[in-house]
Amino acid sequence: MMNVALAKTETGRATDRLFAVARERLPGSGKVAEARRHAFEAYERLGLPHRRIEEWKYTDLRALIREVLPLVAAPEAADIERARGAVKAHRIEGSAVLVLVDGVFVPELSDTPDSSASVGTLREQLEGGASDLLDADALDAMISLNAALATDGVMLSIADGSKLARPIQIIHVATATSASIVTRTHLRLGRAARASLVESYVPADGAKDYQTHDALIVSVADEAELSLVRLVEDSADAVNVTSGLISVGAKAKLDLFNMTSGGAVSRFQGFITLGGEGSQLSVNGVNLLKGSQHGDTTLVVDHTVPGCTSREVFRAVVDDRAHSVFQGRIIVRPDAQKTDGKMETRALLLSDEAEADNKPELEIFADDVTCGHGATAGALDDNLLFYLRARGLSEKDAQALLIQAFVGEAVEAIADEGLREAVMGLAQRWLEARS
Amino acid sequence: MPLLEVKDLSVRVDEREILHALSLTVNEGEVHAIMGPNGSGKSTLSHVIAGKPGYEVTSGQILFRGEDLLAMEPDERAARGVFLAFQYPVEIPGVATMNFLRTALNAQRKARGESEFSTPDFLKKVREVAKSLNIPQDMLRRGVNVGFSGGEKKRNEILQMALFEPALCILDEMDSGLDIDALRIAADGVNALRSPDRAIVVITHYQRLLNYIVPDFVHVMSRGRVVKSGGKELALELEESGYAQFEDAA
Repeated sequence: MMNVALAKTETGRATDRLFAVARERLPGSGKVAEARRHAFEAYERLGLPHRRIEEWKYTDLRALIREVLPLVAAPEAADIERARGAVKAHRIEGSAVLVLVDGVFVPELSDTPDSSASVGTLREQLEGGASDLLDADALDAMISLNAALATDGVMLSIADGSKLARPIQIIHVATATSASIVTRTHLRLGRAARASLVESYVPADGAKDYQTHDALIVSVADEAELSLVRLVEDSADAVNVTSGLISVGAKAKLDLFNMTSGGAVSRFQGFITLGGEGSQLSVNGVNLLKGSQHGDTTLVVDHTVPGCTSREVFRAVVDDRAHSVFQGRIIVRPDAQKTDGKMETRALLLSDEAEADNKPELEIFADDVTCGHGATAGALDDNLLFYLRARGLSEKDAQALLIQAFVGEAVEAIADEGLREAVMGLAQRWLEARS
Repeated sequence: MPLLEVKDLSVRVDEREILHALSLTVNEGEVHAIMGPNGSGKSTLSHVIAGKPGYEVTSGQILFRGEDLLAMEPDERAARGVFLAFQYPVEIPGVATMNFLRTALNAQRKARGESEFSTPDFLKKVREVAKSLNIPQDMLRRGVNVGFSGGEKKRNEILQMALFEPALCILDEMDSGLDIDALRIAADGVNALRSPDRAIVVITHYQRLLNYIVPDFVHVMSRGRVVKSGGKELALELEESGYAQFEDAA
């Protein structure tokens, strides 16, 4: 009863109006419009997540963001010019970039990736009636909201057996002020294909107080190998809520890395299903938070078949009054014998008011498995600091070196050297800007 | 002017006085041994000279070439040439030894207004020193002291000493945890650094180390004071008679 009452609060009504207004501008009609309406109804039933929903206990969106802002208008020529500068500043050397500005794919800012990748847009698919692309998981309100309001996104498909020579980097640029950007990206990696994909979230000059609502739908076919890197560098007053729905086939390999240094409030929730035997999953994450930032990484790893391995390594560096959240759930279904699942999370608290919450959950229904988790939180080790200072490093340099090493434990999992160095460079810049 | 002058130094930790009006003078070119039983304050003295936080100096002073050492941050002391070889060198995962050595050396040089070492010069120098200390190259690529044996950790301390070329080297219980072969290698490394413009202070519980690093002066500490000073023969005397006689004197 309580939930129904809450859904009808001011927040619920505001969103209702939002959908009514946005509807006209959303691509797709007929079945697609119907799918959107269903998704929106699912969202309305649940409402904006709040602390009494167990999965959102540490990230109460009703308290933190209060409402979903109105959908952003399509970017104009001047906005695209502003976005150009952001793309230049954030593109990773050696990768092919695909650019979304305020939720619209912009070909003139994008490169042409290798021929083994086929690139399209969600907009053209929806206009063509592909309503299944909006199938929403009715269990999570934010996934439903995304299906209801997605304006565009990248549709990426890598052919069977092919190997992308260059990583593809999708850059989500926000130029908006006080508006929501809603996108949905699909990646299909063919059998035995190999690829690296980076998603970056960045603001253009002047972007302010915006919300990014993104979804990433990935399928990794048998024997394929995917490296997926997410870099959340939104402006310090922005909101980023992204859901990843990822399925992995047999004898496949997925390395997922997430680094959040931007955004006032951010949440990445990854739902990863290991559905084919003998696959390996590694998820590594870094939160670099300061001021009053709130950064949440929530992972649900579902072992449904025997013989898969999952590893999660998470590092949080939390300064000032910032708040870092890591929730990791590992589900081992009755058939998933010989599962090997581990997670390890460590938080470095750089101030007395910094906060880190960690919630590991193991749901094991098979009897022949190896699963475990470990977590620590604390300050920098005084003995290590003194050792470095006794060797001539200033307090600031000694701290920076130790934090870099701490973060490096998660970053080193990125196999591509260029990407790994780019990510380490971002972490270093964060450290330099700290003092 | 002496290199190091500790004058009437009293130090507290958690309301407990560990050093009581301790005095010690060390000149360039000298090798001093500080001996004493566990808990006599030897390590505290070395920590206070290096600038470890957590110690309260209640009276006295420490001068380094006439400058007030206690007013300096630990890194300023290092840049001026104070080096403490730790009894328990820490492990720093994720910081490659080579990177650490270069960062530290260049930080010290920068603080002294000297130019930073170029990478080829630096590498050449590290390789030379590492070779003389029997430190394999792959150790330098690993995290600082990560997975090193006790002997390797101590050799890594001496490697740093050789690289940073400090004016004052304090070796805190360098012999602890070392077998005789490891001890000999470490001691040879230290002896190679003896020089007319460098002083070495060896802190040890046992006389054994002093067979390898022969001191000019020996001081006996007990209960936070230097209770006796003499030449190298004092160490042998102690080996015969033990510390018990000094426990009473203090």
